Amino acid sequence: MKITQKDVEYIAHLARLEVDETLVDKFAEQISSILQYIDKLKDADVSGAGLMAGAALQSNVFREDVVKKSPGPDVTLANAPERHEDFYTVPRVVG
Amino acid sequence: MDLHELTIQQAKKGLATKEFSSVELVNAMLDRIEKLDGDIGAYISIDTDGAKKAAAEADERLKNNDHAPLLGIPVALKDLRCTIGVKTTCASKILENFIPRYDATVVSMLKSAGAVIIGKTNLDEFAMGSSTENSGFHVTRNPWNRDYVPGGSSGGSAAAVSAQMCTAALGTDTGGSIRQPASHCGVVGIKPTYGRVSRYGLVSYASSLDQIGPITRNVSDTAIMLNVICGHDPLDSTSANIEVPDFTTALAQFQTESLKGVKAGIPKEFLSLKGLDPDVEQAFNNAKKTLEDLGVEMVEVSLPQTDYAVAAYYVIAPSEASSNLARFDGVRFGLRVGEADDLIDMYKKTKSKGFGAEVQRRIITGTYTLSAGYYDAYYGRATKVRSMIRDDFDRAFEKCDIIISPVAPTPAFKIGQNVDDPLTMYLTDIFTLSTNMAGLPGISVPCGFSSKGLPIGLQIMANRFDEMSLIKAGYGLEQTLDVKPKFPDI
Repeated sequence: MKITQKDVEYIAHLARLEVDETLVDKFAEQISSILQYIDKLKDADVSGAGLMAGAALQSNVFREDVVKKSPGPDVTLANAPERHEDFYTVPRVVG
Repeated sequence: MDLHELTIQQAKKGLATKEFSSVELVNAMLDRIEKLDGDIGAYISIDTDGAKKAAAEADERLKNNDHAPLLGIPVALKDLRCTIGVKTTCASKILENFIPRYDATVVSMLKSAGAVIIGKTNLDEFAMGSSTENSGFHVTRNPWNRDYVPGGSSGGSAAAVSAQMCTAALGTDTGGSIRQPASHCGVVGIKPTYGRVSRYGLVSYASSLDQIGPITRNVSDTAIMLNVICGHDPLDSTSANIEVPDFTTALAQFQTESLKGVKAGIPKEFLSLKGLDPDVEQAFNNAKKTLEDLGVEMVEVSLPQTDYAVAAYYVIAPSEASSNLARFDGVRFGLRVGEADDLIDMYKKTKSKGFGAEVQRRIITGTYTLSAGYYDAYYGRATKVRSMIRDDFDRAFEKCDIIISPVAPTPAFKIGQNVDDPLTMYLTDIFTLSTNMAGLPGISVPCGFSSKGLPIGLQIMANRFDEMSLIKAGYGLEQTLDVKPKFPDI
């Protein structure tokens, strides 16, 4: 599966990533060869196989909905790059 | 023996008999790190003050006849799990100055057991790699030969144990990242069954594949570490609520003769692999013969999906990684690149500056394989292959108790050799990643050297939650082979 420079830029955009322009060509080539290798999965006979999304013993884990003490904003926001009182601040989101 | 040469068992004995103190042991380790690590680069950060304080506290506890299993023992941690108040970087510029406000469960368990956390070791960024060359900070060098990689992604931990710059270490294994560096550095590394060890506080790479495990100087020490870190954790919903056997007691009672009659499966697809290094093949055959002499019966088994395993892994792991790493966007923690026009611009600039090339490649690959129109062809299909891999192992374990194989197709390769060729790098995981896909346990035990003097390990795999078979077979092999030299002469 051949990936072009434009494809790399578009997929990066979906991932909210911007590839440095010096790397885009190299990435296109490397990712193309990876996807080409991965394409061999098309030859696998998966008829009758179930999906296996995880490796854990596949059952849901529940707990009682009991309110516990929370560490508080001074702990949870301690690593905030920018903060205003108990809020994270970020650049303009809309408008 | 010098203090840095002691295993966990030997160190515990010396501390209990007051031959030396934890402060002396930890200082010896810190001195050795200062002497050697400039050259090897196993560590990202050393917590000198924290370690000295913990050592002093351990000595107090020892005075009161506290018998905690790791009391006073210097342990290093792969810098991928949260340590309260101590930088946790994941070897990434995006978390270069990140200080967690909580301990990962395994860290709490180590501390309760009295371990002295000496420092955080180097890794491939976010555990993505097989050589520790993808670290955002520096490359770690193999202590046996500095021109060669220590393996990855837990290369720092394996190098630290091999160079005797810590008594034991923790690593993580998603596709072989404990077993392969343990093999390349001549030490013991085990990946427990998925769910055996809590992942709470571990920075996730691929949540359905990641598992924490110990890297140690010998199998007896592995048993001690497993006793401490295994167990159900309500904070990790993938943690198995299953009893943990007492590995150290079982090993103390174990006689190598009881390996007679154990059946070891050899996957025919593994040994017919093109590109299997002749030194690796020879070391494998030597280990196989040793096991046969101990009465282990060899049985041919088949893992037919081997041909598709690497492809399926390199769909599933990057897909999960692309989802897991979306959180590093500069909003709540880590690097934020300022002067952004808007939120999306901030996300892009932060990630582009913070993530290294391999991480970006895997995020892009994973985003592609999960995107509309491609999801079923790639991710959906890969999860089906994954269930077939698990079924392959289930069928194989009907015929045998353990499965043996080489750990990697070649011994450690030269630094720089594969770093620009990701696909070649990925293919080196062929023997290890199937165990992660099936959620099974696997261990690497030293079994020989290459003609260039680089260590080679034997991989032993077992059925779900049967780490005990790995400990027993690994111990029997280790004691019988008695591979020397045990550590590089540095």
